[in-house]
Amino acid sequence: MIKRKLIVAGLLTIAALPASAVDRGELLANSCFSCHGYDGKATGGAIPPLGEYPASLIVSQMKAYRDGTRNGTIMNRHARGYTDEEIELLAKYIGKQGI
Amino acid sequence: MSQNKHSVSRRNLLRLSAAGLAVPSALLSAACSREMTRKGEGEVVVIGGGFGGAAAAKYLKRYNPKINVTLIEPKKAYVTCPASNWVIGGLVEMEEITHTYDGLKKHGVNVMHEVVSSVDPQKRVVTLSDGQKVNYDRLIVSPGIDFKWGVHEGVDEDVANIIPHAWKAGDQTRLLRDQLRSMRQGGTFVMVAPPNPFRCPPGPYERAGMVAHYLSKHNPTANILILDQKNKFSKQALFMEGWRNNYGQMIEWVAAMDGGTVFGIDVANKIIDADYGEVKADVINYIPAQKAGVLADQMGLTDESGFCPVNQQTFESKVHHNIHVIGDAAMAGPMPKSGHSAVSQAKICAANVVQSLAELDPISAKNANTCYSLITPDYAISVAAVYDVKDKQIVPVEGAGGVSRMNASLQEYRMEANYTRGWYKSITDEVWG
Ligand SMILES: Cc1cc2nc3c(=O)[nH]c(=O)nc-3n(C[C@H](O)[C@H](O)[C@H](O)COP(=O)(O)OP(=O)(O)OC[C@H]3O[C@@H](n4cnc5c(N)ncnc54)[C@H](O)[C@@H]3O)c2cc1C
Ligand code: HEC
Repeated sequence: MIKRKLIVAGLLTIAALPASAVDRGELLANSCFSCHGYDGKATGGAIPPLGEYPASLIVSQMKAYRDGTRNGTIMNRHARGYTDEEIELLAKYIGKQGI
Repeated sequence: MSQNKHSVSRRNLLRLSAAGLAVPSALLSAACSREMTRKGEGEVVVIGGGFGGAAAAKYLKRYNPKINVTLIEPKKAYVTCPASNWVIGGLVEMEEITHTYDGLKKHGVNVMHEVVSSVDPQKRVVTLSDGQKVNYDRLIVSPGIDFKWGVHEGVDEDVANIIPHAWKAGDQTRLLRDQLRSMRQGGTFVMVAPPNPFRCPPGPYERAGMVAHYLSKHNPTANILILDQKNKFSKQALFMEGWRNNYGQMIEWVAAMDGGTVFGIDVANKIIDADYGEVKADVINYIPAQKAGVLADQMGLTDESGFCPVNQQTFESKVHHNIHVIGDAAMAGPMPKSGHSAVSQAKICAANVVQSLAELDPISAKNANTCYSLITPDYAISVAAVYDVKDKQIVPVEGAGGVSRMNASLQEYRMEANYTRGWYKSITDEVWG
């Protein structure tokens, strides 16, 4: 808890920079929508929707695709395009969608 | 701002809206003074309701609902080029690939079905072909492509009614499908494939497979000849493998340097004068060389390449301030001209327009693209990439992306065919839903 507070305080000092009008996690996550559906809510197609996924599962699956411990037809090729930080940001955003 | 002239007075507009007519708010507020605009808000006009423009309009409203967004597109219903090859192959009907703008209206976008005739980048006014004027703070242009005619002897714009390109979907798609259906038994279908750069690099080769799919069922002794104006093409090894596995020898591909180079066409007699020799065809699918949509040219947004140089992070034109260009018309580093690329660029561009109206720094994310191609209804291949911006250039993320596995199981190619249809459903719903 204390640790978390410190991190937040640290972020606040950096946040002297102008705030962003668009959330970067959202912008990153939006790139998944073309396949997984708008807001991750694909219906009726073969591609699994992501709308109901908790953030932690998105993170673990993206990392599994990236390092090859999970195999897909296409996800490995996409997952390798993102850094840890980006995966966490986009997962946090998608995670919110399920609520 | 008050020196702006408006063809429609504010009072007339108010009368129009009082009469129950939908008046785009861009027109209304254009008549108001711009000083009323609060920080972060403003007028954004988007020209072109294809993949790029429609996606930009939708995501602008998503990122900041207070922005007035006006989309200008002449067509009341948009027929997608993606999946139009499936129509030619007889897999789906035109209605299934036609999308209206009702979804965008529901998301708060003002949709005007008009043609833009000119733009004044200094005064920031768009003029429509009927004389109406629309003001903007920021303009996004996604006019797609147009064709370069007069490259081959005997081939001008008028020939498209006889030898269709079907490279803009709609009536041209129907025409090519119908010509294929009425081709004589054992006839020859010739495709003249375009030189780089052009929209949808795997598109001609997906089409060849879809034509073969139709012919193998209804005209099995017919054959397909591709006279290519280049020496290699997207996903080439995978296509060649897929064609062989599914259609045997039906499709013959001839590289430019092996005789594919075309000099001219006798359109009336369907005879093609190629390096290879004279080819007598029954159906000709002539896909012309391409450039950015003519509006981009008229607006002075293009360079000698025929396409539009843009800032690779924000997609703002390098020629005119406050004007952004996305989609096929833009030069986006190595990103292929695809619907998926256009939609990816639209989101990043929309986010940056929102940022700039709020007087904030540009935001960066990653562009992504995927081009799926059906070879048969149950066999598809894909190419994908994720892009970053480095030193102001769009570059592919190393190690990411690439093409489908060669010599994969039929099961895997079948899964990709199902995902191809899933992609189509998702992206069209994302853009027009
Ligand atoms: C056969 C074929 C298959 C394809 N398959 C795929 C695929 O599977 N996957 C994929 O990702 N991509 C595919 N594509 C590519 C895709 O169609 C294009 O890359 C995409 O349409 C580009 O979007 P855009 O917004 O740049 O242009 P467009 O979608 O062409 O939209 C441009 C719009 O601007 C409008 N416009 C032009 N001038 C004006 C004006 N003066 N005033 C007002 N409006 C104007 C036009 O009416 C048009 O609706 C395919 C293309 C073809 C030809
Ligand atoms: C080109 C289409 C495409 C894009 C873009 C795409 N995906 Fe996928 N995704 C798929 C497909 C297809 C599958 C099924 C596995 C496979 O074959 O690769 C999948 C599977 C997944 C799974 C596993 C789902 C499950 O049920 O276990 C996750 C998680 C996932 N994707 C997350 C993402 C995220 C996050 C993004 C955006 C960064 C993304 N995907 C972008 C097509 C796509």
